[in-house]
Amino acid sequence: MDYFTLVIAAIFVNNIVLAQYLGNCPFIGTSKESGVAIGMGLAVVFVATMAAAITWCVQRFLLVPLDLAYLQTITFILVIASLVQFVEMFLKKVVPPLYKSLGIFLPLITTNCAVLGIAIICQREEYTLLETIVFSIASGAGFLLALVVLASIRERLDLARVPTCLRGTPLALIMAGLMSLAFFAFKGMAS
Amino acid sequence: MILTSVLVLLGIGFSAAAILAMASRLLYVYEDPRIAEVESVLAGANCGGCGFPGCAAAAQGVVSGRAGATVCVIGGDEVAANVAAIMGLSFSSMEKQIAFVDCTGGIRAEEIYDYAGVSDCRAQDLLYGGNKMCPEGCLGHGTCVTACQFGAIEMGPHGYPVVDPALCTACGACAQVCPRGVITIWGMTARLAHLNEITDCLAPCRQRCPGQINIPRYIEQTSRGDFAGALETIRERIPMPLTIGRVCPYPCESACRRTHVDAPVGINMVKRYVADWEMNSGQHLPIPCAPETGRRVAVVGGGPAGLSCAFFLRRLGHSPTIFESMPKLGGQLRYGIPEYRLPKAVLDWEIEGILGLGIDVVHGKTFGTDFDLESLKAEGFEAVFLGIGAWMNMTLRIEGEDAKGVETGTEFLTKVGLNMDPGVGRKVVVIGGGNTAIDTARTSVRLGAEVTLMYRRTKGEMPANIEEIIGAEEEGVKYLFLAAPTRIVSDESGHVTHVEYIRMELGEPDESGRRSPVPVEGSAALIEADTVYTAIGQKPELSCLYDEEGNCQLKQTRWRTLDAHPVTLQTALPHVFTGGDMHTGPGIVITALGEGRKAARSIHQYLTDGAPHYSAKVQRDLIPYTMFTHVPDVGYRKRSTVPHLIGCDERVCTFKEIEGALSSEEAKHEACRCLRCGLTCYNRDLPARECSEEGCVSRS
Ligand code: SF4
Ligand code: SF4
Repeated sequence: MDYFTLVIAAIFVNNIVLAQYLGNCPFIGTSKESGVAIGMGLAVVFVATMAAAITWCVQRFLLVPLDLAYLQTITFILVIASLVQFVEMFLKKVVPPLYKSLGIFLPLITTNCAVLGIAIICQREEYTLLETIVFSIASGAGFLLALVVLASIRERLDLARVPTCLRGTPLALIMAGLMSLAFFAFKGMAS
Repeated sequence: MILTSVLVLLGIGFSAAAILAMASRLLYVYEDPRIAEVESVLAGANCGGCGFPGCAAAAQGVVSGRAGATVCVIGGDEVAANVAAIMGLSFSSMEKQIAFVDCTGGIRAEEIYDYAGVSDCRAQDLLYGGNKMCPEGCLGHGTCVTACQFGAIEMGPHGYPVVDPALCTACGACAQVCPRGVITIWGMTARLAHLNEITDCLAPCRQRCPGQINIPRYIEQTSRGDFAGALETIRERIPMPLTIGRVCPYPCESACRRTHVDAPVGINMVKRYVADWEMNSGQHLPIPCAPETGRRVAVVGGGPAGLSCAFFLRRLGHSPTIFESMPKLGGQLRYGIPEYRLPKAVLDWEIEGILGLGIDVVHGKTFGTDFDLESLKAEGFEAVFLGIGAWMNMTLRIEGEDAKGVETGTEFLTKVGLNMDPGVGRKVVVIGGGNTAIDTARTSVRLGAEVTLMYRRTKGEMPANIEEIIGAEEEGVKYLFLAAPTRIVSDESGHVTHVEYIRMELGEPDESGRRSPVPVEGSAALIEADTVYTAIGQKPELSCLYDEEGNCQLKQTRWRTLDAHPVTLQTALPHVFTGGDMHTGPGIVITALGEGRKAARSIHQYLTDGAPHYSAKVQRDLIPYTMFTHVPDVGYRKRSTVPHLIGCDERVCTFKEIEGALSSEEAKHEACRCLRCGLTCYNRDLPARECSEEGCVSRS
C-alpha cells in the first residue's frame, strides 16, 4: 500500500470527524479556543496510535485465532479504557511535564469514539501493523486539523454579531457541517 | 463458544485489572490527601473563575501554596473557612472584592471610528485602537458583559458597564477581557493602597490634588444626596475632610476644566459641606478597617502626616502608635492655624474620630530625647514613620535680630494655640508673605494690635491664599509691598522700636521667569514697631536624628529635609519611612495628608510583601493632553459663594470661625456644576430632549 495515499486519505478524504462523523462531542466541546484544541488533538494522536497498535495485536493474536472476531467492539473498549488509564499513570510517574500538559484531555479520551473508530477501521481494512500505525497517526492528525480549524473559526465568530439563539454550540454545529461539505472536495483524491 | 467468549472477556478484563493494579503500585505517585479534602469542600462548579482549569486544579493550587483559602470565587466565607481549616490556616472574614468600573465616559467621549462590523472591545481595540477619543476609556461594546458568568455586569444607559455588587464574585473574567483595563477587581485594601496611574480615569482636578482624592466621584455622590458615600470616597484618600474643607488652598480648583466656561467648581466647599454634615449629625460614620494583623508601627509626630499615616495603617489592619511631644495631637493644625480658620473643637472632633479606630497615642515624648529608632525597634515596632514636621524657623540674617520683641510667627501662633499670653504689642510688623505671615497678622489684629505686613515682592506674588490676603486687608492689616528689612532698631533696654527697611523694585526675569526684587539705592526708611514677627519660612529640625557622636544613618536633601524615595517614601533605613513637611519642607496640609497615606501604603507593603513597590505608570505631573483650553457645549452656571459667619467689624475682636458652609441646596447646585470629567471627556449640556429622556433634571 502506498503510505502517502494512506496518509492523504486519512487526513483529508476520510477525515475521522468531518467524513466519518466520529468523535463529535470532543470536537464541539474542545473547539472553543485554539490552545485547548491543539492540546486535545495531540492527545488524540498519541492515544489513537497506541490504541490501534495494541488492539491490532489483540485482534490478530487473540480474537482471530479463537474465532471471536464478533467480540471486537467490546474488547476494544475494554482495552482502550485500560490503556488510557495505564498511560495516565505512566506519564504521571515518568514524564510529569507531558502529563501536566495533556491535563484533562487524557481522561476525556477514554470514551472517545474517534479512537475506537480508528482501531476498528484498521481491522476492517485489514492493515498491517505498520499501516495501522501510519493510519492512526494520520487520522489523529486529521482530527487535530479539523479541531484547530473549527476553533479558529469559532474564535473569530465570537467577535461577530450573531443572533443570540445561534451563539455557541448551534453555530459550531453549522460551521462543522460547512467544514464537512468543504472536505467533500477531497473526495476522489484517494480512497 | 459462549463459554470461550466469556472466558476471553473475563481473561482480558482480569489481565487489564492486574496490569493496572501492578502499574498503580509501580507507578504510584504520592498525592497529598489534602488535595482531595480541599476539592470536596470547594463549590464544585468548575467555573474556572479562580483562574485554575477546574476545582481539582484549584485544590492542587491551594495545597501547593499557589492559591489561598479564598481561592473559590463563588464559595464565599464558608468555603474559605473550610479550606482554611483543612490547610491549618487561620481565617478571618474574607475581604469583599468587586469589579469596579472607573470610566464613566461612554458616549460622552468623542467617537473617531464607528465601524459597525465589529462589536467586540478586543477586536475594536486591535483594529483601530478603539473608537473613542480617549486612549484609556471604555469602548462600550460590552465584551465584559458576555464574559461575566454571574450576570453581575451590564451595559448602563450611557454605554459603559455597570456592576451589580450583590452578584459580583470578583472572579475577574470581565477585567481579563477588557482591552482598556477599565475594570479592576478591588477590595478595600487595594483601593486604599492605590496610587494614581496615568491610565486611570483622572479628571484634571484629580490629577492636581496632592491627596489624590477621587473628586468627580464624591461630587457626583453629593449631587445625588449620598453624603455618607461621598465621605467614604474622601476617606479612602484623606482622614480629615473637616480640616481640609476649612484650610485647604484647593490647588485642584486651579486645574478644574470648568474654569474655561465660567468659574471652577467649588470643590472644597462641597467637601466641607459633607464633612460638616457628618459633624452636625453628632456621630462619626463607621469606617471599615481590614482585620487586625497585630503588626506594630511607630508613628512619630501627631501632625497631619502622622495622623494620616496612622489612620491608613489602622485601616489596612496594622496597629499604629503615635508618639507626640506636644500635649495634644494636630501639629501645625493645632498650633499653627488660628482658631478663626480652624476651630479647635472641630479639630478635636475630627481627631477623636481617627483615634476611635483603635490608634494608641503616647504624649509628651520627644523623638531623639526620650526615644529613638533603636528603642522603638527594641519595643517591637516593625516599622517607623517619621513625620515631625518643619518647626525650625529661618532667620532674617540681619542686624539686631535678637532684640526683645522679635519672635517668629509660628512661636507666636503656638503660644496662642496653647492659650498662653503671646505678649503681643500695640504696633506689630509681620515679615513674610505666606499663610503663616497672614495668620500671624490676622491673629495680632484680633489681639488688638495695629499690624503692618512687610513683603519683598508684590501682592500678586504672595504665596498666601487670595481670600486670606483680602480678608486680612478687610480686617485692617496694612501691607508694605516691595520692602525688605535691613536692621532691627532697639532701645537701651534691648527692646525693638523700629524696623529699618529698604524699598525694592522688580529686576530682570531670571531663568524661572520670575522677576526677582532688587534693592533701590538710598531708599532706606524706618517703621515703628514694638513687636516684630518673622514668617519667612521653616525647615525640619533634623538634629534629633543624630546620635551623641553626631552620626546619622538617614540622609538629608540639600534643602535640609529628610531624604526618601519620592514615591515609596522609604528612607535609607528600609524600615523607616517619612512624609509631610519633614520630607517636602513646609507645604500645605493636603500634601502632608497625602504623603501620610503613601507612607502607610509603603509600610503595609513592607510588612506584607517585604518591600514597597509601585507601578511604572504612577502619575506625577499633569497629563498634558487632558488639559483643555476650551470646553464647548457647556452653559454658564453661577458659582456658589461661601457665606461669612460674622461681619467684618466683629471679626477683628473675636476668634470665632469666619467662613461658613454652603446650604444643602447650594452644595447640590455646586455639585451639579461639576462636569464629571474623565481624561478627555466631560459632561456636556445635552440638548433639552435628550436631557429629559435621561432624566437629568438637575443639570438643566
Ligand atoms: S465577570 Fe466581572 S462583574 Fe462578573 S462576577 Fe466576575 S468580576 Fe464580577
Ligand atoms: S468639572 Fe468636576 S470633574 Fe471636571 S475637573 Fe472640575 S471638579 Fe473635576
